[in-house]
Amino acid sequence: MSQETGLQEVPDEAGEEHVQVEGGIVAELERMTPEERAEHEAEVAEVVAPDREIAVGFGETLLELREVTVRFGGLVALDAVSFGIRRGEILGLIGPNGAGKTTCFNAMTGVYRPTSGQVLLEDRPLGRRKRHQITRLGIARTFQNIRLFGEMTALENVVVGTDARHRTSVLGALLRGPRHRREEAEAVERAMALLEFVGIADRAADKARNLPYGYQRRLEIARALATEPKLLCLDEPAAGFNPAEKEQLMGLIRKIRDDGYTVLLIEHDMRLVMGVTDRIVVLEFGKKIAEGLPAEIRDNPAVIAAYLGVPDDGAA
Amino acid sequence: MTSARNESRRPHLQQLGEWWNSLPRTRQWLVLIPVVLLIYALPVLNPPILSTEPGTNFPIACFNAARFALIALGLNVVVGQAGLLDLGYVGFFAVGAYVAALFTSPDSALAKLPYLVTLPLAMVITMFFGVVLGTPTLRLRGDYLAIVTLGFGEIVRLLATIVPPLKGQVGFQEVGHPPGRLPDGSLIFASSNGTPWYWLVVTLTIAMLMLVGNLERSRVGRAWVAIREDEDAAQIMGVPTFKFKLWAFAIGAAIGGLSGALFAGEVGFVNNQKFDVPTSVLFLAAVVLGGSGNKVGVLLGAFVVSYVPDRFTELANYKYLIFGLALIILMIFRPQGLLGARQRLLAKGREAYQRLIGRPEQVSSESALAAESAKGVGA
Amino acid sequence: MHPLTTFLADAWINFDVGSLRDQFWSNTFDGLTYGAIYALVAMGYTLVYGVLNLINFAHSEVFIVGAYAVFFVLSGLGFGPSAPALSIGALVADLLLAMVAAMLVSAAVAVILERVAYRPLRRKGVPRLVFLITAIGASFTIQYLIFIWRGPSAEPAVIMFRPEAVFTVFGADIDDQQLTIVAAALVLMLVADVFVNRTRLGRGVRAVAQDPDTATLMGVNKERVIMLTFLMGGLLAGAASLFYVMKVPSGVQYSGGFILGIKAFAAAVLGGIGNIRGALLGGLLLGVVSNYGQTLLGASQWSDVVAFVVLVVVLMFRPTGILGESLGKARV
Repeated sequence: MSQETGLQEVPDEAGEEHVQVEGGIVAELERMTPEERAEHEAEVAEVVAPDREIAVGFGETLLELREVTVRFGGLVALDAVSFGIRRGEILGLIGPNGAGKTTCFNAMTGVYRPTSGQVLLEDRPLGRRKRHQITRLGIARTFQNIRLFGEMTALENVVVGTDARHRTSVLGALLRGPRHRREEAEAVERAMALLEFVGIADRAADKARNLPYGYQRRLEIARALATEPKLLCLDEPAAGFNPAEKEQLMGLIRKIRDDGYTVLLIEHDMRLVMGVTDRIVVLEFGKKIAEGLPAEIRDNPAVIAAYLGVPDDGAA
Repeated sequence: MTSARNESRRPHLQQLGEWWNSLPRTRQWLVLIPVVLLIYALPVLNPPILSTEPGTNFPIACFNAARFALIALGLNVVVGQAGLLDLGYVGFFAVGAYVAALFTSPDSALAKLPYLVTLPLAMVITMFFGVVLGTPTLRLRGDYLAIVTLGFGEIVRLLATIVPPLKGQVGFQEVGHPPGRLPDGSLIFASSNGTPWYWLVVTLTIAMLMLVGNLERSRVGRAWVAIREDEDAAQIMGVPTFKFKLWAFAIGAAIGGLSGALFAGEVGFVNNQKFDVPTSVLFLAAVVLGGSGNKVGVLLGAFVVSYVPDRFTELANYKYLIFGLALIILMIFRPQGLLGARQRLLAKGREAYQRLIGRPEQVSSESALAAESAKGVGA
Repeated sequence: MHPLTTFLADAWINFDVGSLRDQFWSNTFDGLTYGAIYALVAMGYTLVYGVLNLINFAHSEVFIVGAYAVFFVLSGLGFGPSAPALSIGALVADLLLAMVAAMLVSAAVAVILERVAYRPLRRKGVPRLVFLITAIGASFTIQYLIFIWRGPSAEPAVIMFRPEAVFTVFGADIDDQQLTIVAAALVLMLVADVFVNRTRLGRGVRAVAQDPDTATLMGVNKERVIMLTFLMGGLLAGAASLFYVMKVPSGVQYSGGFILGIKAFAAAVLGGIGNIRGALLGGLLLGVVSNYGQTLLGASQWSDVVAFVVLVVVLMFRPTGILGESLGKARV
């Protein structure tokens, strides 16, 4: 990760004396000229950008579901679903309520194990890996019903995400070894940039549960990005947003992709899905009924039948 | 959980917290050093307001309070930080005491070691016990863990009774102590002399506070709090939850073992009578009373739990009743304890907040117990 | 390292296989008797857990309070350290009186506990840990109220009747005391099972156990159901306390409920917590197994150690118990 972030380097010792600006970076940003601000944002994006090797090239299949079936007792929640997510794209996963979208997410992130079929990341099956191992491999997610660590500050929440890639041992932390110091410094650096990136830096020091709803949604995204995922899965990130907030969110999702991430998006709002995704997969009753570009999906009779008029909304 | 009434009652406490928070680190030290010196001087000063005499020898009462503080600090790692309800903490305390006794008492068949060597040894051995107990049980839901640890505490006591070399009620006399004699030839660390023991325990407690603080401000402490807040979410965010729960258990156990060994040394005698489950609940009361998840809080709680029966000896018989009732009342009206959960989870957090928003983080005294962790995933 | 080897040799526990072989059947029958008592107490854990998903730590005190009621009623009726000379009819009447008293007292304590300690928390919707700590506090409070009232030592023994062998199976005697306890416990468990599975109120209990919110919407009074489960648990624990005093005449002590409570909980988990028939099966199994362990290892405290180890092993390998956990039966 680059250390030259443009955020002022403050010496470790007696840091307080060096804070020149009342209100910190956030306040300083208010006073910047547009050019300065653009420069600053580019620096932030630079820090946020993922810094890890990915075995597949841009446009190649990053994650693949192969005939994935998930069964709960007699209920088939996912029935032999196959599709791929290409590196660098924004893939929309849509479908009516109960179509199996979240189940699909859960099967990918290790919350459920597929009854049959495989999930492959970079052509390697996830197999029986544990949830935290899958996160380390590079799949991160947000939750439909927000699940932040309420007693931690926003910044701390994000740093928990960065910890997924840290290797400090308990002994190292106990004795404050060099790796611990380095990782802590990097983590805070990156977490601060992430908060700026998603636009909630002004409340970095507040406990997560005291944040407004929109901030909590964004904080979930920042926390997931902190794990430097190869694939970011967003589970209805716009739930409860008003149109203006949805617009901002679309901007954020595009910005995330432009920063080098691959995004899988579950969303109900057709307008948002059509507006931001590169391709769309449609599920109904646990089966894939369509896959294609947004324009194709919009005109697909099966999808229209499944949604009964919702595409009109999307076309509006 | 937070009623408006609580909010309005809190301000001065919160102001104190904010004031402390806003002080530069150098000035925090300036406040802290005299406080620590005062704490060290306590048994010598024997201030009349605090004195427990004639009921209890004051230096001994100080030693007891310090011992409880160390125990509460260790249990707080498990209960307050990681959110694991350990009701068998006395079991680890007992193991520590028996390690000290077995390796120093002339009644034991084992090789003799210097007492000070048995302190780290006790930590290592109890840590081992913590791992042995934790490995099968830490995958369980929280309430199962509670009852299994409760059983463990009792089993340690039973084994002390029925396994022959542990000598049951006969116990071990003349448990060792640190070396050194006064000019007049009497022992420095005599059982009757609480002051040097108190200093030893306070020193070790401060050392443990620092080490536990280091862990708190690292990925370890963050993992613990994440587990406490929402275990499933923690796992999905890449926290190896089982591993860190086991570490919390082991570290808590080690501190429990250390305090057990110190207790054995000061009292000089170990048998199976001192490690019953009520004592374990007393430990829990110390943590919960002061504010589970808040280091200053649990030290305060430990002081109350230990000091009240020593000062008001006529209450000593009622102490279990009092603290049992206190637990119920506290849980109903103020589950966060006297001080709420408070943790700093970033090594360079102060500087980071200053740089980013120009002020320190929010001070809050909410409950560590308030974390709802029983939610289902991705419903 | 020589002393360490001797230490370990000393610590090594001899397995007395011979004794176990000789006493196998008498151990089995006695174990079933204890098991019946565990099962009755386990019902209280299971019912409350099934409905509230909460371990009622104070249930062991609900039980021991019943034992005190038995002690006082029987002492009042002239029972003492030697078996009284009474006709069968008079004896049965006295014991029934003691049992009813114990059931009422235990049930009252259980219901008050629910009312005073648990209900305020439920109203606030607090997390689990807070509930658990409250339950522990309640357990403690009751225990030490008894302690202050009756002191640390056990009450003098009350002997109800001297057990006499009725018949012999596999060379081991079965006495009338064992028969009484097992038969009575089975009848009580059957009544409880019928109540939960066949009556309207019982249907309410099952409905709340399955899905409290839906049950409430369907017109089930949740608070009343919860009260009812505490009441039932208390009644059964009270009944159990009579058999406990019958079997262990000098076991009436402030702390006497603690270990029995852990064992009963282990029994409930073994059978599948939340499952009524599981409580019976778990109780009987645990009674037998811990009795074997006691004979095999040679000291009565081993019975407790074995019960605890069984609990841990069950939780490790089959946390839902033998029969699975469900009061509502349809939990997937």
